[in-house]
Amino acid sequence: MAGQTTTRKHVFSKKIDAFFKGLADAWKFVKRFFQEVFVPPYEFKEVIHQCYRIGVESLPLISLTGFIVGIVFTNQSRPSLSEFGATSWLPSLIAIAIVRAMGPLVTALIAAGKVGSGIGAEIGSMKVTEQIDAMEVSATNPYKFLVVTRVLATTFMIPVLVMYTDFVALMGAFINVNANELVSISTFFAQVFSSVTFLDIFSSIIKSLFFGFTIGMVGCYKGYNSSKGTEGVGRAANAAVVVSMFLIFIEELLSLQIINLFRMK
Amino acid sequence: MDNREKVVVVRDLYKAFGELEVLKGVDMDLYREENLVVLGRSGTGKSVLIKIMVGLLQQDSGSMEVFGKEISRLGVRELNEMRLKIGFSFQNSALYDSMTVRENMEFPLVRNIKNLTKKEISFRIEELLDAVGLPQTINQMPSELSGGQKKRIGVARTLVLNPEIMLYDEPTAGLDPITCVEINNLINEVRERYKTTSIVITHDLSCAKQTGDRMAVLLEGQFGALGTFEEVFPHAEDQRIKSFYDYNFINS
Repeated sequence: MAGQTTTRKHVFSKKIDAFFKGLADAWKFVKRFFQEVFVPPYEFKEVIHQCYRIGVESLPLISLTGFIVGIVFTNQSRPSLSEFGATSWLPSLIAIAIVRAMGPLVTALIAAGKVGSGIGAEIGSMKVTEQIDAMEVSATNPYKFLVVTRVLATTFMIPVLVMYTDFVALMGAFINVNANELVSISTFFAQVFSSVTFLDIFSSIIKSLFFGFTIGMVGCYKGYNSSKGTEGVGRAANAAVVVSMFLIFIEELLSLQIINLFRMK
Repeated sequence: MDNREKVVVVRDLYKAFGELEVLKGVDMDLYREENLVVLGRSGTGKSVLIKIMVGLLQQDSGSMEVFGKEISRLGVRELNEMRLKIGFSFQNSALYDSMTVRENMEFPLVRNIKNLTKKEISFRIEELLDAVGLPQTINQMPSELSGGQKKRIGVARTLVLNPEIMLYDEPTAGLDPITCVEINNLINEVRERYKTTSIVITHDLSCAKQTGDRMAVLLEGQFGALGTFEEVFPHAEDQRIKSFYDYNFINS
């Protein structure tokens, strides 16, 4: 009996130990980014290459998703507004919802799934096939080449993709509104821009920077610390998506609180 | 032998992974321009030994001196300077699979030797690809190469920085017998042509016999035997070394 108690205690503390060790490792990994990002040599070519991969190659998926979100959201909002005879408010309502929350959130979640898992799997497979060790023993800095470049690329490209998603979603919304309410494009966008404030756009871009940083950092961290062969690569890719999505929702919640403080002033 | 310059000196080296003790007091000297073959069964810590040598792992105790410097005490910059003198050929070649052969070889070159012109870089890469007999693969991706070709390109990539010590981790693992002989010849050619000192990690006795000046057999975390092939193997009294020899095809 005493033996059982000891075992249970040991397992419990082992898990807590592992949790805090994981947090400390993650913190060190993030800290290292800020230590390395400003120090030469700079891998500009690789940053551009990663920006292309993350940005351009995500466009088809982002376009389709953004467009559908615009149409569906408009369709779902119409009945509630029409009860009050307020369908003319549709462009304003949709614009605010898309720019403030849906555009950044949808883009970040899709990027977490597509880009985050890709980074996790790519770096993870490099880790288990000793390619990262090969970089290290040839006196090059694998962290700088693999992690710094990818994190910079996601941090810069996610805000660009968010603005693009906003535009595509608004176009989807316009097509729906135009078909049902016969509103012209100029009237639609006049209403959109009259309802969206500078704070909305600015806060959307700032939080997208954080989303991008999170996606890149989590993908790289999970890949860089993967082990146990191909199974580990799969786990790294999966964990990259789950953890970054979780963190994106927390960041969204926090940003909402912070932005509300500015709105109240 | 003792009059020659020692480039690596290992004393009382210990390394454990959790509760598993892998190296238990290893002593070893590596002399300039010799080929030392480290033999042992899988999991005996052969690769761990050379990974400590390049700073990929750290020993728990003991010393690992390379060119008179204790590896575990080197800072990042000094360690990188040391790594430029040590070429490491990985068991699975570890070629960067998103890069062509040329880019694989350019990667360490352009990051470590500044101010090279494109012409100089191309010349160096082509020269080394010629040396390993694979000039035609320059624009191929690693996925398009055979196992033996990958090993050769891996060796060429390590040679691009002109290392003084070459570490070969299981150079013939997973290759057919003819390719094994080709790789063994390549290891000898590299030594003759580039005057390198080498450690070859293997459990393949034919590779050991063909490439090694001295053999070191790792048994239960320590070197059980050290000497030439003839001194260590044919008349070994230690049953573990004898069985290692008997079970190898070389005996048949």
